Amino acid sequence: MNKIYKHVMVDIIRNRMVLFYTLLLFIVSLSIFSLEDTSSKGILSMLNIILMIVPLVSLIFSTIYMYNSGEFIELLLSQPLKRNTIWWSLFIGLLTALGLAFLLGAGIVILIFETSLLGLMLVLCGLLLSCIFTALALLAAVLTKDKAKGIGLSIMLWLYFTIIFDGIVLFMLFQLSDYPIEKFMIAISMFNPIDLARILILMQLDVSALMGYTGAIFKDFFGTASGISLSFGTLVLWVIIPFMYSLRYFKKKDL
Amino acid sequence: MIITEHLHKRFGSQQVLRDVHITCRPGACIALIGPNGSGKTTLIKSILQMVIPDRGKIIFQGDDITGQCEYRAKIGFMPQMTRYPENMTIGEVISMMMDIRKDQKNRDEELLEQYQLKDIYHKRMGTLSGGMRQKVGACLAFLFQPDVFILDEPTAGLDPLSTEILKQKIIKEKSKGKTTIITSHVLSELDEMISEVIYMHEGQVLFQKSMEDLKLATQEVKLSKMIAKMIA
Repeated sequence: MNKIYKHVMVDIIRNRMVLFYTLLLFIVSLSIFSLEDTSSKGILSMLNIILMIVPLVSLIFSTIYMYNSGEFIELLLSQPLKRNTIWWSLFIGLLTALGLAFLLGAGIVILIFETSLLGLMLVLCGLLLSCIFTALALLAAVLTKDKAKGIGLSIMLWLYFTIIFDGIVLFMLFQLSDYPIEKFMIAISMFNPIDLARILILMQLDVSALMGYTGAIFKDFFGTASGISLSFGTLVLWVIIPFMYSLRYFKKKDL
Repeated sequence: MIITEHLHKRFGSQQVLRDVHITCRPGACIALIGPNGSGKTTLIKSILQMVIPDRGKIIFQGDDITGQCEYRAKIGFMPQMTRYPENMTIGEVISMMMDIRKDQKNRDEELLEQYQLKDIYHKRMGTLSGGMRQKVGACLAFLFQPDVFILDEPTAGLDPLSTEILKQKIIKEKSKGKTTIITSHVLSELDEMISEVIYMHEGQVLFQKSMEDLKLATQEVKLSKMIAKMIA
């Protein structure tokens, strides 16, 4: 597998987009931590930035990369290589590039200004979000043959996870406000990795005290070790399931 | 030795392959011809498993290829134009192929030298003309001394001199007892090389005949005339 992985890596690193992304994350995170007077405020601002930028860049970059490597994949397929190997190499290659970009651009700055479990959790969430949205991008790219449709699908996925899902949840909250749905909301949050990451980090900050009864229920769950590990487990599942689906589909795909 | 049995493939509502049977013996040089959209490329891609057939099986040197990948080490494939990664240089593409097939030490660099590709190793694939890409494709197909050559429109875009070099190479490899499958629309080029003809039409094999049989049946010398008589 490392036979092709090496060539995929060289190809991605040469792409200026990744360099630009690293630089952007670096400038943003450095300026946020220098502007805010406490690091806890800095973490909160960083959280919002990460939850917007990381999924968007991971999705769009990976989708475009997959379409641009159409010829590369075809060339590899005519060689004595398993489809499994090719797909895994592309996935791991993208993960390494985007993961490194995040670590170098934002991860190091976060850990310098907030050297604690909270900082570590934020970095981990950022890395996992990079993995999740790369896997989703692979799925979008393998499902649609047309480049424009594939990128459109990626943007729709991003809109859904960052905006539309929250809208639906808010709507449900208002409609069902007479019923005890707090526990149910924990389950619902598992269906959106971005929300899950947000709640996970918010519950480690003091602001959770301002969120009323739901905040208390959430704190009861997400504040405990088992809640945290269950959430991280769910995030990992969010990487594995879309990727496995894309792999299964790629094995049967005609090129 | 390649045998396909009852091959069927459908893209959406279009039936591209219908019950395709072909047999490619060792040492045969087969011309795969037919009008546009008759399923030639799909058949070739099925042999390489780039397209997965709906039904039927393909047997390569005695083994069913379903789910296999090692057999492709014995195939030299030259795809139709422009299917190469744009941002890699010629040198990188060739060294990557060598890296993937590390265990195949016996390399044939004759075409690399005849086409003088080593002088332009630093050029990117995206900046090359169609003909130059064809040359790279031809070199890659012959590089690892495979048993079987599958050449999809090999001479499209090549200048006459390079076409002649490629033809001589194919004839040379044929004399070594290797199997070759060529698709082409330029029938006059095929005359000296081929020993068998497979004619496809709308996803079906209309006939598979050796050149001698065709000559006897049609009393013609030129391949284009033979084909015209056969399908009339």
